[in-house]
Amino acid sequence: MPEIKVTPLGAGQDVGRSCILVSIGGKNIMLDCGMHMGFNDDVDDELEIKAYYAGHVLGAAMVHIKVGSESVVYTGDYNMTPDRHLGAAWIDKCRPDILISESTYATTIRDSKRCRERDFLKKVHETVERGGKVLIPVFALGRAQELCILLETFWERMNLKAPIYFSTGLTEKANHYYKLFITWTNQKIRKTFVQRNMFEFKHIKAFDRSYADNPGPMVVFATPGMLHAGQSLQIFKKWAGNDKNMVIMPGYCVQGTIGHKILNGQRKLEMEGRATLDVKLQVEYMSFSAHADAKGIMQLIRMAEPRNMLLVHGEAVKMEFLKGKIEQEFSINCYMPANGETETVSTNPSVPVDISLNLLKREMALGGPLPDPKKPRTMHGTLIMKENSLRLVSPEQALKELGLNEHQLRFTCRVQLQDPHSDPDTLHRIYTHLKSVLKGYTIQHLPDGTVMVESIVIKVSSSAEDTNTKVLLLSWSYQDEDLGSFLSTLLKKGLPSGLC
Amino acid sequence: MAAHLKKRVYEEFSKVVQIPHEEAPAKKLRLSKPSKSAALHIDLCKATNSTDALQYLLQFARKPVEAESVEGVVRILLEHYYKETDNSVRLKIASLLGLLSKTQGFSPDCIVDDAINTLNNEKSHQVLAQLLDTLLVIGTQLPESPAVRQRLIEMACKHLSDTYFGVRNKCLQLLGCLGTVDTPLTKDNEGLGVRDVQSVISDYFGDQDPRVRTAAIKAMLQLHERGMKIYQIIYDQACRLLSDDYEQVRSAAVQMVWVLSQLYPESIVPIPSSNEEIRLVDDSFGKISHMVSDGSWMVRVQAAKTLGSMLQVSPHFLEQTLDKKLMSDLRRKRTAHERAKELYASGEFSSGRKWADDAPKEKVDTNAVNLIASGACGAFVHGLEDEMYEVRIAAVEALCLLARSSPSFAEKCLDFLVDMFNDEIEEVRLQSIHVLREISTHITLREDQLDTVLAVLEDSSRDIREALHELLCYTNVSTKECIQLALLELLKNLNKYPTDRNSVWKCLKFLGSRHPTLVLPLVPELLSTHPYFDTPEPDMDDPAYIAVLVLVFNAAKSCPTLPALFSDHTFRHYAYLRDSLSHLVPPLRLPGRKQLYGLDSVDSGCGSGSVESARLFLQQSLNRVSTIQNLEAPGAQDLLDFTIRDLQRLGELQTELAGAADFCATYLRCQLLLMKALQEKLWNMAVPLCLKQNAMATAAARQILEETYKLEFLYSGLESRQVATIHHVRLQAKALQLVLTARTRRGLEPLISSSEKFLQEVESFQRLFLTELPHLQDSFVEKVLELMPRLSSCKPVELVKILQTTLRQSGLLQLKLPEQIHRATATIIEPTGESDNPLRFTTGLVVALDIDATLEHVQDPQNTVKVQVLYPDGQSHVIQPKPGDFRKPGPDRHRLITQVYLSHTAWTEPCQIEVRLLLAYSSSSSSSSKPGWSDSTDSLPPPEAAIEGTIPFSKPVKVYIMPKPARR
Repeated sequence: MPEIKVTPLGAGQDVGRSCILVSIGGKNIMLDCGMHMGFNDDVDDELEIKAYYAGHVLGAAMVHIKVGSESVVYTGDYNMTPDRHLGAAWIDKCRPDILISESTYATTIRDSKRCRERDFLKKVHETVERGGKVLIPVFALGRAQELCILLETFWERMNLKAPIYFSTGLTEKANHYYKLFITWTNQKIRKTFVQRNMFEFKHIKAFDRSYADNPGPMVVFATPGMLHAGQSLQIFKKWAGNDKNMVIMPGYCVQGTIGHKILNGQRKLEMEGRATLDVKLQVEYMSFSAHADAKGIMQLIRMAEPRNMLLVHGEAVKMEFLKGKIEQEFSINCYMPANGETETVSTNPSVPVDISLNLLKREMALGGPLPDPKKPRTMHGTLIMKENSLRLVSPEQALKELGLNEHQLRFTCRVQLQDPHSDPDTLHRIYTHLKSVLKGYTIQHLPDGTVMVESIVIKVSSSAEDTNTKVLLLSWSYQDEDLGSFLSTLLKKGLPSGLC
Repeated sequence: MAAHLKKRVYEEFSKVVQIPHEEAPAKKLRLSKPSKSAALHIDLCKATNSTDALQYLLQFARKPVEAESVEGVVRILLEHYYKETDNSVRLKIASLLGLLSKTQGFSPDCIVDDAINTLNNEKSHQVLAQLLDTLLVIGTQLPESPAVRQRLIEMACKHLSDTYFGVRNKCLQLLGCLGTVDTPLTKDNEGLGVRDVQSVISDYFGDQDPRVRTAAIKAMLQLHERGMKIYQIIYDQACRLLSDDYEQVRSAAVQMVWVLSQLYPESIVPIPSSNEEIRLVDDSFGKISHMVSDGSWMVRVQAAKTLGSMLQVSPHFLEQTLDKKLMSDLRRKRTAHERAKELYASGEFSSGRKWADDAPKEKVDTNAVNLIASGACGAFVHGLEDEMYEVRIAAVEALCLLARSSPSFAEKCLDFLVDMFNDEIEEVRLQSIHVLREISTHITLREDQLDTVLAVLEDSSRDIREALHELLCYTNVSTKECIQLALLELLKNLNKYPTDRNSVWKCLKFLGSRHPTLVLPLVPELLSTHPYFDTPEPDMDDPAYIAVLVLVFNAAKSCPTLPALFSDHTFRHYAYLRDSLSHLVPPLRLPGRKQLYGLDSVDSGCGSGSVESARLFLQQSLNRVSTIQNLEAPGAQDLLDFTIRDLQRLGELQTELAGAADFCATYLRCQLLLMKALQEKLWNMAVPLCLKQNAMATAAARQILEETYKLEFLYSGLESRQVATIHHVRLQAKALQLVLTARTRRGLEPLISSSEKFLQEVESFQRLFLTELPHLQDSFVEKVLELMPRLSSCKPVELVKILQTTLRQSGLLQLKLPEQIHRATATIIEPTGESDNPLRFTTGLVVALDIDATLEHVQDPQNTVKVQVLYPDGQSHVIQPKPGDFRKPGPDRHRLITQVYLSHTAWTEPCQIEVRLLLAYSSSSSSSSKPGWSDSTDSLPPPEAAIEGTIPFSKPVKVYIMPKPARR
């Protein structure tokens, strides 16, 4: 039985690390392991790779890896709800053997996106109207752009004047790529592109350190996203003392960071050098994280229809919960290996066989051209395996090719039957009986005293001692084994009395 | 490079030249042919190879064939068909056969046999498919012949097992279009008995080719459309196809499931994997809801749209479409739902709105909770946040339909609709505002909801703001804080966008009259009155103050205690506003001021009763006029004069009847003009002596003509009776013109042609209004028609004499008023014409002028409404606005927001230009059957060109502009 082996090296039941090793069809593939700059990763001829839109960040993709007829889909991070700048992940019904999915939000079903957006905009708008400053710590890629677009369009729509800044550096560079790859963004941005590129922000300007002390309202996007270092932390320290200000955390914060602390309601922070910082500003959390939630994961499974499911990139407890759901809903196997654990999935690959045209044509002539789902047909042929190729040909041709003579194999058997009628009559009774039982078969009553059912011959003779005991002679060829044995058992039961 | 390009160009050019050379002889031949079929025959015989033959056939197909010669042509084509070996030529012939059998006036039953015969010998699949298509055309042309139909169906069944998908497609299509349920169909191959169309078609639901599966479903839908009842057994099969691999199949299957859910809403279907049963409509609702999260957006749109029309679905299924967290398996009974709800409340899933609320809790009974619940869960939540705005719009529309029929659902979907106000696409935002307005009768907004709604007032798009104002007009709110909030936000809006003035005032008018009791406690604050101190009098021209007053006065209308809170200046302001903005400020019963406002309070009693009496008055006036027997009767002129005056005043007083009153007045004015023109003095005098009167009569005739066009095209709701009356007046005016021409002009030539023209018009009048003629007794036209044989044979001079006497003898045609009649009106809101600052621009360049106008009772404004710009030097431009510039905020109401481009050569002083709207009309007075296609070389121009013209229907607005010479 061919198998696919999956070993997570960093992503098993764990968030934040990655790398998965997959062996499929004799090939080893490392997923999500980062690029080796300067190395050329070889992709050989038998490996097919197809990328699907993942909607997590610009250019994020899910990969469909196929070797022969075995296939694996690795999702990476993906998002099933479209946001302000990217579309939703999409996959066709590729029916992979394994779907390896991330499961960061295995136990979350998010509220409607609009609701969150509205809350976010309302909070920002209110703070700005009050004259307060809003700090939004973000990572350079993804959320920064989504929220930029969101605020930009809101400012445009509402004719607001307060300045919006984003911190320089990586974000700026990232925005540049967003401008270039407009075709990968969502419907709205692609359509407005004719008039203007949405990433050419009108209201959002680059941030300078000195702006933080400017009076009046402003909105600042600053990196990094968990407030653990850098510019966002500096700005936070400056603004934390004023209760008019606000900080909005749009994503996940790892334990130990300031972001995590303030989200848990800590109002006094210890800074380096024993200084403490009173946190008076408002702290809001809003999940703008672009990962699929539980419902999104289920939706992807429904779209792809995999035979097996494998969860990575999540906390073990949460994965356990989702695993149960998946197994119940789709009745497929779901795995969640830990790091270093190998999960083996046996596959049932289809084997392509060449069929000879003559055989096919003959078959078509026999039973009509179209397959009928209600009546499956069997087909007789000979499978020739030669030099790594499989061919299905007619028996005659196989014999010819192999230089063999054909041998006929016939089974004969006798069945005793109690019947008071004369031989021809009995034969006739058998004929009518079979006619009524076997509908859809050709049954002939031949003048030479035999009944033919397809290729099976039935003869009747009286036994020597008792004329009432008839001996039926059945003979069938090897090809009609099924029908023959059926007939013999049928006739052993005797003929029904109601026959004329 | 250039040389090379040049060469390329020449090459191309020489190629182009060659083709007409080849074509030329063919054209020549065709023209000289006596008959169509013979020509074709010769052409086809000439063809040496298949390409030539195809060329001939293509050329042939471009020209239609007369009904009489179709059969001959078909025979020729068939003859060639049998001879032809090339597939593509046979294919073309087959398609031509189909085309020919569509010829009007040709009954294809004579070629049925031949067509079927060709089918039997055909080997090529493509040609076979085309032939079946031809049969389909023939079959649809012969709906009355069951025998033909039966034969065609037999043919279709025979070819259903073809290996080529196209043939199977066509067969299914044929079955769908022609098959009947009651007549049993063919015997099956195995002789298992008689089967009917539906089961034959449904066999192909499982075909291997997705195109055939689609065709099979479409055929079934076709059967349904033709009024045949689809069996319920199809339901299961259709449901299975919902999970097909191909989007076209799924899309069609959604339709199929929907059709069945409408046919058998109440039948009970079992739920797989449990022993419970539910209604079919609920089951299908769940299944279609599922498709809202399909992989293909076409299917999603289809599914979302379909959901909107499933009104019979049970409420608890409906409500689940709004809750994606409710993880119950939709199929279980109520108790299960409640259990699931508790589960959710206990926090099994995090909402992502709060930090750290997704910490795993103890595990719950997972059997009761089903994540993707093959059901309606959250279908609309998904649809509303779909990636494609087409899906979102479809979902919003579906929500609207469902909410209109279910108040409880309306209440629930409110939050979602309000969320959509924040969509990134304006169209979606607009649509959701409109939807909310439509369902607003069912709902009362809470304060927080109102807050979100009002936030949109700051939107920079005018459409959005106005839609929102419209919405607020219809909204119910619950507390006085809501009113205050709304007022505050509206004033903010007014401050930010002063152009919204009218819309905001109107909105406050409705808000006030809807919630008088909520406004009452706010009044002291709103008017800033104080129990002891006199407060300063606010500025009367401040739009914000006017807005507050509009709210208060409208609330006061149904709240008599309210005026007691007014201070003195409020009363003065009331009097002023009642005059200046009478459409916004209602008449009030004010204490102690009765003598002053007595008139108003009488007016305020105007309800349905006064409309009735006004209508009665209108009718009486008309009856009085109808007593005028003859146009020359003494006192008739005065009576008309007075009646016209009465009607005009009535139109001003009663807006409901303005259209009707205006219409009558205009009609009567026509009659009056006619009467004056026919004054005795004029006609008894010798021609040279009455030049002055003559000029007056000519002008009158012209004016009558103009007025009749206004009557015909400016008013909507006319019935053919009125149109006939209008045309009759026009005919009289034309007769008058003719008579006047005869008197003034010398020479017979122009007279002959114009009298011929007149006779033609009489004929066309007779043709157009044949059914109305009985109503036109004793009229001018009746008399003319009586004399028609004489008129058409006599000399022009004699004709003029007859006309003159007939005109003078004929009576006044009584006008019968139609039920509803409205005058098209237009008001230019912007530019206001008040600005003293000229619009400066450089000559030779253009300046854009924003125009904002409301149009009422205009049909098809996209084609009829034009903007006219008149420059002081007499130049005038007519500009056709883009179709996208028209919006439709309500029934019979349109809004034109457009830009017109102005340009002119340099002026030394700023000067005013006039801008107004025109209503364009066109009518071809002779609705002659167009001579269409034919080989006839004599292409006569239509007897009379269509009359086209424009009617100005708005007051002109003056705009001050100043083109400056360009600086060099």
